[in-house]
Amino acid sequence: MTNKKSNKKPDIDKITGVETTGHEWDGLKELNNPLPRWWLIVWVVTAIWSLWYFVVYPAFPTLGGATKGTSGYTQAKELAQSQLEIQKRQSAYLSQFEKASFDDIMNDVELYNFAMAGGRAAFKENCTQCHGTGAAGGKDYPNLNDDDWLWGGKVADIHQTLDYGIRVQGSYDTRLSQMPAFGRDKLLTKSQINDVVDYVLELGGKVDLSSLPGHGIFQENCASCHGANGKGLQEFGAPNLTDDIWLYGGEKKDIYETIINSRAGMMPAWNKRLPQNTIRQISLYVHQLGGGEE
Amino acid sequence: MACGGSCGNNNDDDLQLFAKQERIYPKRVSGLYRNLKWVAMVICLGIYYGVPFVRWDRGENAPDQAVLIDLERGRAYWFWFEIWPQEVYILTGILILAAIALFFVTSLFGRVWCGYLCFQTVWTDLFVWVERLVQGDRNKRKKLREGPWTFEKIRKLTITHIIWIAIAWCTAGSFILYFNDAPTIVKSFLEFDVSPTILSFVIGLTFSTYLMAGFAREQVCTYMCPYSRFQSAMFDKDTLIIGYDEARGEKRGKHKKGTPWDGRGHCVDCTACVQVCPVGIDIRDGLQMECIACGLCIDACDDIMEKIELPKGLIRYDTERRMEDKAKGIESKINIFRPRTFYYLFVLTVVGGFMLSVLLNRPALDLTVLHDRNPLFIKLSDGQIRNGYELKILNKTHTDNVYRLVYAGLENATLNIKGAGDIRPDNIFVAADSVGHYRFNLSSKIKPHDQRDIIFTLINDVTGNFDTYDSVFISKR
Repeated sequence: MTNKKSNKKPDIDKITGVETTGHEWDGLKELNNPLPRWWLIVWVVTAIWSLWYFVVYPAFPTLGGATKGTSGYTQAKELAQSQLEIQKRQSAYLSQFEKASFDDIMNDVELYNFAMAGGRAAFKENCTQCHGTGAAGGKDYPNLNDDDWLWGGKVADIHQTLDYGIRVQGSYDTRLSQMPAFGRDKLLTKSQINDVVDYVLELGGKVDLSSLPGHGIFQENCASCHGANGKGLQEFGAPNLTDDIWLYGGEKKDIYETIINSRAGMMPAWNKRLPQNTIRQISLYVHQLGGGEE
Repeated sequence: MACGGSCGNNNDDDLQLFAKQERIYPKRVSGLYRNLKWVAMVICLGIYYGVPFVRWDRGENAPDQAVLIDLERGRAYWFWFEIWPQEVYILTGILILAAIALFFVTSLFGRVWCGYLCFQTVWTDLFVWVERLVQGDRNKRKKLREGPWTFEKIRKLTITHIIWIAIAWCTAGSFILYFNDAPTIVKSFLEFDVSPTILSFVIGLTFSTYLMAGFAREQVCTYMCPYSRFQSAMFDKDTLIIGYDEARGEKRGKHKKGTPWDGRGHCVDCTACVQVCPVGIDIRDGLQMECIACGLCIDACDDIMEKIELPKGLIRYDTERRMEDKAKGIESKINIFRPRTFYYLFVLTVVGGFMLSVLLNRPALDLTVLHDRNPLFIKLSDGQIRNGYELKILNKTHTDNVYRLVYAGLENATLNIKGAGDIRPDNIFVAADSVGHYRFNLSSKIKPHDQRDIIFTLINDVTGNFDTYDSVFISKR
């Protein structure tokens, strides 16, 4: 084939005087013009570049992993490097943050902003799965924006809750309490439960409570934790029943269900999962969301 | 190129997709337009190299460089004016203004920008001047270039290129100064302690300057610049152009002293106009896209006309209409007052006035209040509704300020601002020349499923400056 071709006389296009490639389609012939010089130069440069790249950087897949490249560069190393830089930048604040009390931090603009930035990021990563990105919670998961706190809303309280969690099995420091399942365990009869549900629904109102049929049952069974007036007790994580904020729903059927089966939400202890500084940052972040107590 | 001459292509005038650059050796010329060009070059280069060193006192919390674009901190300074990234539309306005000013000048005087002020022209002119200084005038340069490689040739070319690179280096270095504190950067260069970023920018720009002014030259104008292409849209018969008086010049021919001029034109075909042309065209072919209207051919032709004792102006700066009229024997005036010039002037005035008023009335304070979207509102234990807001205060002054935040449109509400230290709604601190970020809550007892429009006002009690922002207070999703 090659011999045949080289013996052939070059086919010159009559109009342009340029040699053709010899390819022909329906009488159309392809001219064999030289490549534009700039194009050729760019092509050669890119070719040289790619060879250089091939040698210097990880480039080609082999059975035992990609070629390493003489520079030893990997994206994982670059990531580690930039994370190291970030940690270095943070450490300037962290050492101060570590020593400062919550009060100190709340009075220092730089430390406060550092806590907010870190707390926001850590909250998004660890807390939003249950409490939501805006920390507004939902059924079974408390809203952290409001001023209704089960276990206390001071920074130290929040910190304690975060550290040891709520109802963590096998922990002595965890927030612990248990409401009896009054219906399931047959502590109260159906009609008694009905009465007490009606009573609870009236707690926030202005009705004379002592005249209600549920009054005696409530004082006997519920007041020890929720208080005689139903205002709750943070030591036991017993919610305030007089306000309009209900973790498990404030409808009659919700309260009915709660009394029959009881509820016991839980939160993991974060002191084994996150560094202490991060937990402190989250504590401050949650505190400033709006409901934090002084 | 890959197959060189071995492709069996013996045809000499084979079709080339690329026009090979014809090297141009502009001849030295003197005269009015050349002098104007020198003056323009000195002024332009003087401004370019000098401005970064002009100091301008802005007080304590701002740089003292008159013209500075501080990319790191996101500020641009121009003498009295200062803009933030939010005000980049002012930059856009300046570009629009520059474009219209260019149209206006072009419609009146032709491509004066191209011929005298454009950096491509100025730097090319400078590079050609260096070339001439080292290698001699047109013929010498041409001979040197086409001649064999002698020691002399190598010496001269080396000197030329070294000077070129030195100029390019200074050009690139100056460019960097507009983005950094000039004395600091100059000092860092003198101490050989330059940041790699700056050094890479300087090297890149040195290379591009060297390439553009040393090699690409008129090809930039002819092939790369869009302006030379759309100039025709701004031209009409009353635009001043460089024109060859064909009626007077033709029929051209060589002239011997003492012979009569009867039956022939005044052009003696000396090609002086072609030899001096920096873009390598023959102006006698008429107005061409390549022509940058530098007027050097006028100087060259006038010189010859003087020698052969004919009136000057065979090639002259004139309008097309006047050229035509003159051929018919009519003496007409340059028509400056045309609808086109008025349009341009009108737009120029409107845009310029608008820009100036925007700059002069630039507020020193900017308030943004973003209502929280997640959660939209919170119900508190006492039945109140609480809304969260993100407060953003742009303090564009150079002093630390304390502001007071008030609201209208909601009764019996409490405003609670979050932040470190002693922060109250009437004591919101924002540092000089910076943005203050705060969160605040507004609580009030409103009905469920309600929405109130509220207006926040931020007041600086010291200066009386204030800014307002419309927002809402809601209790519905």
